[in-house]
Amino acid sequence: MTESTLTDTGDVQSRPEGWQGVVADWGSDQRTFKNVPWGKAMMWIFLLSDTFIFSCFLISYMTVRISTATPWPNTSAVFSLNIGGNDVPLILIAIMTFILISSSGTMAMAVNFGYRKDRFKTTILMLLTAAFGASFVGMQAFEWTKLIHEGVRPWGNPFGAEQFGASFFMITGFHGFHVSIGVIFLILVARKVWRGDYDRNTRGFFTSRKGNYEIVEIMGLYWHFVDLVWVFIFAFFYLW
Amino acid sequence: MAHAEGQQHPISTYLWIWGLLFVLSTASYMVDYFHVESYLRWSLIIIFMLLKAGLIVAIFMHMIWERMAMMYAILLPPLLLIVFIGIGILEGDNTLFSRIVYFAAGS
Repeated sequence: MTESTLTDTGDVQSRPEGWQGVVADWGSDQRTFKNVPWGKAMMWIFLLSDTFIFSCFLISYMTVRISTATPWPNTSAVFSLNIGGNDVPLILIAIMTFILISSSGTMAMAVNFGYRKDRFKTTILMLLTAAFGASFVGMQAFEWTKLIHEGVRPWGNPFGAEQFGASFFMITGFHGFHVSIGVIFLILVARKVWRGDYDRNTRGFFTSRKGNYEIVEIMGLYWHFVDLVWVFIFAFFYLW
Repeated sequence: MAHAEGQQHPISTYLWIWGLLFVLSTASYMVDYFHVESYLRWSLIIIFMLLKAGLIVAIFMHMIWERMAMMYAILLPPLLLIVFIGIGILEGDNTLFSRIVYFAAGS
């Protein structure tokens, strides 16, 4: 049991809670983030920096949208799909949203089963998450193809303000790239869970460190963040 | 069970949040589907967006179970973005004004 216990994250039993805890933890000569393995703290800090990157994109989008004198294309119509003779507004985007939320749900449960050392369920749920993610990227590729065929380019489009194309390709492209990396990351970790690397303390081929099930939660943080970013893109780019 | 190993919460918590996220997403899609316009549209979109983001960060990413030192280190810095958004709005309005005044309309 002691072999496979998780990283020692410091004793927190005797520490104050709340505001006094903030002061005590940030005090001096100690590791600040108690209760949290270093990998998780680093992932959070990476996600914080990624928050600023996506915010830069969304704020630039806001700025160009405010500054254009030509009307912005009606996204509700641009992203509609013709199903059975009717134009259903934003339907593909809505499906993509539901898929990404579902993948977040399966990921959260994978983290849970990971800490219970249930290898089978963890692997299945992670692969399911990866499959949702891959189908999301597939739909995005379909959407890009459709828009490119309709003549949307980074420098112009037939629907309205020229800045639309640049914003669209930049924001959704960067997000789709994050999802793709996440799918690869998920498959790699799922394979290690399946082989039982984290039960046998196998050393990783790249870092030569012993891994454990914390990596599933760290992976999960990344994946939930991708979903989180989509919440903002959905609201500001597609619905606004 | 005896040891608090990592983050352990009942599966039903996640299923509840999953369901809530579905409901909120449907609600925000309905805002578009039923052509709710103007201020009501924008406020509904922002409310649903913030609720969804909050649920994801708090429950799925386990933020409410972390120590406060962690919460503040991660959640306070993004508040700087409010300043950045303000600057963007000023800049955008200024550019729009210049375009309308100094260039032909619609270009």
